[in-house]
Amino acid sequence: MPSKSADKRYTKEHEWVSLDGDIVTVGITDHAQEQLGDVVFVELPELSRQVVAGEACAVVESVKAASDIFAPLTGKVVETNSEIIDDPALVNSDAEGEGWFFRLEIDDTAAFEALLDEDAYNEYLETLD
Amino acid sequence: MIENALPDDPAPKPLKRTPLDAWHRRLGARMVGFAGYAMPVQYDLTGDLAARCRGGVMAEHLHCRSLAALFDVSHMGQAMLTGATAAAALERLVPGDMLGLKPGRQRYSLFTNEAGGILDDLMVANLGNDRLFIVVNASRKDDDFTHLSANPSAGVQLAVIEDRALLALQGPAAAAVMGRLAPDAAALPFLGVGAIDIGDIPCLVSRSGYTGEDGFEISVPADRAEAFADRLLAEQEVAPAGLGARDSLRLEAGLCLYGNDIDELTSPVEAGLTWVIGKRRRVAWDFPGAAVIRDQLEAGTYTRLRVGIRPAGRAPARALADIVADDGTEAGVITSGGFSPTLNAPIAMGYVRRNLATDGTSLSVMVRGKPLPAVVAPLPFVPHRYVR
Repeated sequence: MPSKSADKRYTKEHEWVSLDGDIVTVGITDHAQEQLGDVVFVELPELSRQVVAGEACAVVESVKAASDIFAPLTGKVVETNSEIIDDPALVNSDAEGEGWFFRLEIDDTAAFEALLDEDAYNEYLETLD
Repeated sequence: MIENALPDDPAPKPLKRTPLDAWHRRLGARMVGFAGYAMPVQYDLTGDLAARCRGGVMAEHLHCRSLAALFDVSHMGQAMLTGATAAAALERLVPGDMLGLKPGRQRYSLFTNEAGGILDDLMVANLGNDRLFIVVNASRKDDDFTHLSANPSAGVQLAVIEDRALLALQGPAAAAVMGRLAPDAAALPFLGVGAIDIGDIPCLVSRSGYTGEDGFEISVPADRAEAFADRLLAEQEVAPAGLGARDSLRLEAGLCLYGNDIDELTSPVEAGLTWVIGKRRRVAWDFPGAAVIRDQLEAGTYTRLRVGIRPAGRAPARALADIVADDGTEAGVITSGGFSPTLNAPIAMGYVRRNLATDGTSLSVMVRGKPLPAVVAPLPFVPHRYVR
């Protein structure tokens, strides 16, 4: 389990979101990488792209299948992680750390607060099996 | 498409179970529905086995290419065709030379329809004493056995085998492993077959497989399947592998998956499988679809060919992706595609117009609405390592 953090939230699409000022970092959860299996390819959004919460804006492909990554919040893409382009296996080995996908500048931190906290996400995971 | 290579649905309740179902679950298999069966797609291995192979599609695949992988393929259909004229009876449904299949030998073949399409692909083994052992695809077995029964031949009986599991031991260490258990089985030549006791378990063993590696397929009594699988796992080189690795291995080997790469609307000529048509059969032209297939071969009345495709970059192009020629016209469609663990790159197979089927032809595959540069590549992607 990742360490508990007040500044980290989750989505039912199995993404994690951490907040620093008005910048959020987005990645997929450890549960998600485990379900996907070996990640072999990642496609990230272009810098400066405006994304709306719920919009598909990145792709992760494992040996098994392709999955969309959705913008968890509305905002502007300000940074993407080129490390996972070169070494997609980072998404498996450190999904909630070095394997992050992109950073968004958001206007509305209240929307961040409204995402699932760690307990709520873990409860959600338990409903899945 | 009959089915996708890797349906990702978790196994729902009414799925049939193979004799190794509990064995898979004990080993940490992730079970999925495939052709009506709960099957392991990959394993989360623990303990000693995890030290051999970390589990997961990629590791299981690479383990098969480096040592030996054990697959449960009990979902496939097994049957015995018995009678003095069994080979002649089968020849009425397939284009292969079955009369010329010697005892102790196995051969790949196809059930064809009158339109020259492929109803299924199958392995046929001559066990001697007027017995042909056949193995067909899980997704097609009910139809295949109905097809065989609907074309009866005096003195020939079809017995569907429901009480045997089918395992595949594949990889460069498979023969050494088999040699410790059953020297007679390890001594089989490529596409050799025999009824051989392994320990005290009566098996049908063939030197064949679906990975491009040397290996064996072993039919064992269902109630001995677990003991047999455990006996193989006791050998240090062996790790279990699921359907995920089976699919990526066969794709690297350029082998067709029925329902994806071949189906009732593809002919053996288009699929590059004309070699299955026996020499004698090409004189007599007396198999289902022979007129259409003869016309394709002699007059060139076909428009597309199965080819290997290597997309540039790392993004896999998967089944049903459109292929576009460099002049912007439609070129064809991907029928199987994924990521090659051996090449660390995406690979695919598909059908393209004949004038685009030459190795090295550049084209594009449409992935998420965008054209991705790709090139026609020779099959197999990874050289076969069958014993000769």
